Amino acid sequence: MDSASSDRTAPGQHLAPTVARSVKVLVVGAFGVGKTTLIGAVSEIDPLRTEERITTASVGIDPGQPNKETTTVAMDFGRITVTEDIALYLFGTPGQRRFWDLWAGLADGAVGALVMIDTRHLEDSFEVLDQLELRTKIPFAVVVNQFPDSPNYPLERVRAALDLLPETPIVECDARDRQSAVLTLITLVEHAMTFPVFQKVTA
Amino acid sequence: MDTEEYRDHPVRSYVLTSGRAHPSRNTLRPETLVRAVESRPVLSTASRLERELVELCRGTLALAEVAAYLQLPVSLVAVMVSDLVDTGNLTIRSNHQAHVLPGKDILEKILDGLRKL
Ligand SMILES: Nc1nc2c(ncn2[C@@H]2O[C@H](COP(=O)(O)OP(=O)(O)OP(=O)(O)O)[C@@H](O)[C@H]2O)c(=O)[nH]1
Ligand SMILES: [Mg+2]
Repeated sequence: MDSASSDRTAPGQHLAPTVARSVKVLVVGAFGVGKTTLIGAVSEIDPLRTEERITTASVGIDPGQPNKETTTVAMDFGRITVTEDIALYLFGTPGQRRFWDLWAGLADGAVGALVMIDTRHLEDSFEVLDQLELRTKIPFAVVVNQFPDSPNYPLERVRAALDLLPETPIVECDARDRQSAVLTLITLVEHAMTFPVFQKVTA
Repeated sequence: MDTEEYRDHPVRSYVLTSGRAHPSRNTLRPETLVRAVESRPVLSTASRLERELVELCRGTLALAEVAAYLQLPVSLVAVMVSDLVDTGNLTIRSNHQAHVLPGKDILEKILDGLRKL
């Protein structure tokens, strides 16, 4: 089968001693859109998972009476040693507004985000896109995952429906396929390189 | 700070109080790389969990990996790691400056690496 999984070793697999820097990319998108699949397709370790208990303010309730509840949010992630000294981490998170506190911290310092879209449920991604655009400045690329029963919309129609900026990249992907997933990362990093915040040379 | 001073400190094992001074905590992110300092013995007051954490970090791992292997939330592991950095048992291998983004040179290297995958 794929060579990626046979290279994977036991739990506790350490990075090579030459790795001295890490960068991260977020993988966000609605429930069941393929985040874990994409992370698993490119990761050199079996995807790992952590859970965080967070307090969320439930929405749609009388603003005078903030109603707090505790939820467990899972984050799964993988890593790729991209050069002998740099490890790239991919963090998958639901990205909805009520989890904002959690993923605001995650977005801090990120190279960018892959926003995964399922065209069968386009509206499920509106909230995630709103959160990214309104509350972060991080570069993002939109990844359209193709499912067997996905409608065959041209990408430009999806772009229009999602109201994306002309410069925002949008690509099709099979999240199960390593090369396809790697291409989405290349697209994102190329896009990030056009952002002024990344123009400086690392000190 | 030497080891003796720490032994005199009964609250040294991780008590999750907010507002304690933690020089390293704010710089820790889930992707921050940490590694044990082999030459530094773990304090006798260290908890079993802290020992396990240091043991796990005999090679470089990101904070999030440590959390996943210990089956603990990243936020809790960040507190433990911060304490262990303060006691000299762990060292931060990367991103020691918080809020510093990678530069263009780094992104170029990442792109080269990705294209070779
Ligand atoms: N055909 C096809 N199926 C996919 C693709 N990506 C994911 N799937 C399938 O879709 C289902 C959901 O994928 P996950 O990766 O678990 O989605 P997720 O976004 O991590 O889901 P949650 O974490 O539950 O929000 C799985 O059964 C995958 O096998 C894709 O690109 N093509
Ligand atoms: Mg998932």
